Amino acid sequence: MTAPAKTERSDRQPARLVDLFEHGLDAPICLTWELTYACNLACTHCLSSSGRRDPRELTTREAKAVIDELEAMQVFYVNIGGGEPTLRPDFWELLDYATAHRVGVKFSTNGARITPDAARRLAANDYVDVQISLDGATPDVNDAVRGPGSYDTAVRAMRNLADAGMKNFKLSVVCTRHNIPQLDGFAELADRYGAQLRLTRLRPSGRGADVWDELHPTSAQQRVLYDWLLAHGERVLTGDSFFHLSAYGESLPGLNLCGAGRVVCLIDPVGDVYACPFAIHDDFLAGNVRDPGGFTGVWRASELFRELRTPQQGGACASCSFYDTCKGGCMAAKFFTGLPLDGPDPECVRGFGEESLARRADDGTQVPHSSVDHSRRTAPRARTGPVDLVLVRRPDLTAPPVSDCAEDPLAGLRFS
Amino acid sequence: MTTVDLDRAWDLHSQVSVRPEPFGALLYHFGTRRLTFLKDRRLLAVVRSLADAPSAREACRAAGVRDDELASYRSALTALVRSSMVVGRNP
Ligand code: SF4
Ligand code: SF4
Repeated sequence: MTAPAKTERSDRQPARLVDLFEHGLDAPICLTWELTYACNLACTHCLSSSGRRDPRELTTREAKAVIDELEAMQVFYVNIGGGEPTLRPDFWELLDYATAHRVGVKFSTNGARITPDAARRLAANDYVDVQISLDGATPDVNDAVRGPGSYDTAVRAMRNLADAGMKNFKLSVVCTRHNIPQLDGFAELADRYGAQLRLTRLRPSGRGADVWDELHPTSAQQRVLYDWLLAHGERVLTGDSFFHLSAYGESLPGLNLCGAGRVVCLIDPVGDVYACPFAIHDDFLAGNVRDPGGFTGVWRASELFRELRTPQQGGACASCSFYDTCKGGCMAAKFFTGLPLDGPDPECVRGFGEESLARRADDGTQVPHSSVDHSRRTAPRARTGPVDLVLVRRPDLTAPPVSDCAEDPLAGLRFS
Repeated sequence: MTTVDLDRAWDLHSQVSVRPEPFGALLYHFGTRRLTFLKDRRLLAVVRSLADAPSAREACRAAGVRDDELASYRSALTALVRSSMVVGRNP
């Protein structure tokens, strides 16, 4: 199946990957697959509001059918997450099934189940990569967000992986107000265990919405992060998480595009397909892998994905001279902070995001919340619509930002 | 290395997966986790026939690459060798 835009394009020579990706591909390059909502931790910023298993989660047989589809579509790899994916009793079975079918697996874990045995098994498989999540370089900073004992658990897992000879696994850090001062500490920690450091952006998704205001880096810290990335860029993976920081001057490596529904998506534990792992909300729900056409049908025919693959209108950002490269930032970050999708990112380096966030408080706008919540608590949340906003230019800024993030599922991928 | 030797045998790295696309192909290397793309279908044909061709020059010829086009295919192959997508093969 080929979208009309694609046919038109074929007579031009594409110069960059990003041009090819803007209109979407017949199959994702990679996708995020959250295997379960069950989790042994309860991180305050969990993007998927995980905690309890959902009884409707895909069965082993259904999960294998999804892997068969991914193989047929030649999806290069899946980012497996959760919840804590290793809590699924068939986790190892699915991992072996995927890699035997040449679907690479990169999975995120808090490390609780990475025993010496598990580490040896992982080290022996060329098609597996592991990301250990840690959000502080010291126990106090980490455990405040991820829970008591979680630092020691993660470090033990890293030691087991290193002892098993696993090279270049990832130490995965969500950058927050509290850990930006610890960037060197993270790099040392990664070096100590032969891991590669991966830094990503905190997005106001899931429970992350509740803590984003207090946890997201201040604008001064964004500058610190930018300088640090410039100095250490070659050794650190970010995907495109921090492209919006390129406005400070030199651009950071990565792809310059929101990949949601174009080259990436999310399959959640019950088989729902969302445009992006940071966009678990009805507005971004494209279908379910249990639908008659399966995952392939959702990817290729969903109305929502079709819309996302048309060139975006800039809205309030269109008048910004940096729009070409920045494209207004992250759709999910705007949505879950109650900002209009065609306006600036809440962390817009020109300061427009902060202005619109401030206005939001004045007019009493409520931010939308996901209806999907498996936290170990029960109160449902209300949702309301976004706010309007008018943009003005700041004449004192001349350097162009590149883009905000392209998309997190690609974080860690290297483009050449 | 400046450019690849067209007269020797080459092959795709065993950890590289090739996905044909309307514009050419996407290549993903499971070892380096690098993604790249081939800009046209003929380059895809060249890359796919490397394993069985005695030389890269032969692979190009079989894919219909004309002599005046060889230089640009050589530089495309050079880039692929640099990123370890394509590796030397002993025939
Ligand atoms: S720099 Fe700010 S105003 Fe300009 S396009 Fe980006 S988000 Fe919009
Ligand atoms: S820019 Fe935001 S919405 Fe788009 S893919 Fe990245 S995280 Fe998802």
